[in-house]
Amino acid sequence: MTEDVGAAVEAGWDSYARIVASLIRVTGDWNLAEDCAQEAMAAALERWPRDGVPGNPGGWLRTVARNRAIDVLRRAAVEKTKLREVAMLWDPSRPPAEEIDDDRLRLIFTCCHPALSLEARVALTLRTIAGVPTADIARAFLTSEPTMTRRITRAKSKIAAARIPYRVPAADALAERLPGVLAVLYLLFTRGYDADGEPAFAAEAIRLARLLSALMPAEPEVPSLLALFLLQHSRRDARRDAAGDLVTLPKQDRSRWDRAAIAEGLEILLHTPVEGPYAVQARIAACHATARTFADTDWSSIAGWYDQLARIQPSPIVALNRAVAHGYANGPDAGLLLLAEARADGALDNYPAAIAVEADLVARAGDRPRAAELFRAAAAVAPAEVERRALLARAAELA
Amino acid sequence: MKYMMFVCTDSEPETDESRVPDIEVWVAGNDAAGRRITGNVLAAPSAATTVRVRGGEVLLTDGPFAETKEVIVGFDILECADLDEAIAVAAAHPMAHTGRLELRPYADR
Repeated sequence: MTEDVGAAVEAGWDSYARIVASLIRVTGDWNLAEDCAQEAMAAALERWPRDGVPGNPGGWLRTVARNRAIDVLRRAAVEKTKLREVAMLWDPSRPPAEEIDDDRLRLIFTCCHPALSLEARVALTLRTIAGVPTADIARAFLTSEPTMTRRITRAKSKIAAARIPYRVPAADALAERLPGVLAVLYLLFTRGYDADGEPAFAAEAIRLARLLSALMPAEPEVPSLLALFLLQHSRRDARRDAAGDLVTLPKQDRSRWDRAAIAEGLEILLHTPVEGPYAVQARIAACHATARTFADTDWSSIAGWYDQLARIQPSPIVALNRAVAHGYANGPDAGLLLLAEARADGALDNYPAAIAVEADLVARAGDRPRAAELFRAAAAVAPAEVERRALLARAAELA
Repeated sequence: MKYMMFVCTDSEPETDESRVPDIEVWVAGNDAAGRRITGNVLAAPSAATTVRVRGGEVLLTDGPFAETKEVIVGFDILECADLDEAIAVAAAHPMAHTGRLELRPYADR
């Protein structure tokens, strides 16, 4: 395949969500919408390398998908009014841009409806909006393909049977529902970013955050989330060494950070107010991304942002990271004090990162044998092999 | 779209009673809006009789078909445009605060 065709097919995936979203609105049939969009993509993969890329690839894909939908519906003897509606889709004589954007927003809010389980929301978003094959989703969530297929099928059946509406919530409900949508994107991103994750999912999360950001520019938490993703993702190439082992932040080769992603993230933050937890987290990521060396890191700003995050969105993980930040800003003893506070309610028991944080603080306070012991204890409960190796390496360094 | 709303008890009710809405207001408002078709409070589960017919024989059991700590204490039939409207109606019911509600759509649409 030539590079031009490859780029056109890649760009075609942007049309995918539009096609699925509009076909669902008009037909109400999720499977039909997906099948037709996929068939259009498959037809492009087959024909474009042979016949050349059409002048308007998106329009070509929409026409193929629409004609396919009309064929299927005609065979199913669907009433004439619905056929006419499908035939009118993407009519170039009407200016449909806004309507199509609304369709994609509708699709996102429906896939992320709180009446569906969180797992179902993530799976449905990946499958329906991003077009990720079910087998890939199953692998990333450590389950079998038939199980994942059942989960997605059940979610679609519930949408139909319980009549989950296909629309963007009205203004008052929007504030209530938007955090749930952002949580799905965040989970998707971390699933791609975690030690044993599926790296492509981080890119999918960024793509979806970019789309949502373009569709909802008035909600500051949306661009904030996109900035957070871009700033964290900028470190992706530096996070692994040649052997695939995790490289911790102090040891990362910062020349391998993605400067373009950092610049884009910082630019977004310049004109986005701090209104919620993602805005604060993005600013913490920005402090790391703009430090020339680890020693240059502005830990007192980071500690301040964590104080704020702990107020607006308290959680055991935030408390843990706050201890780390204060440990660097105000010395290991300050960190150990906050760590003890964070652990007080038992939520961090046997949590490998909490043990590793203690190990690091203890090492910096001067007790190397105890620190090595703690790193080994953290490795014993770490779920991913790469994490275990990284923790054991820290222990070995201290011996 | 019709939804059967099962009204159940819950072991962890809302503790701040000032937040619990008034049932009379809920019934009057939803009746007037045509969203509540019918509904009622049920007698205690101890008054229930479970009926089965096997091999032509009627088998009766004293009590509900499932012995659980949380019990169904009432029901409402709602007529709503979609699940979001039904959720809003349910969330305004006092038992959403002091118990729990289950929204089950009718299978025929």
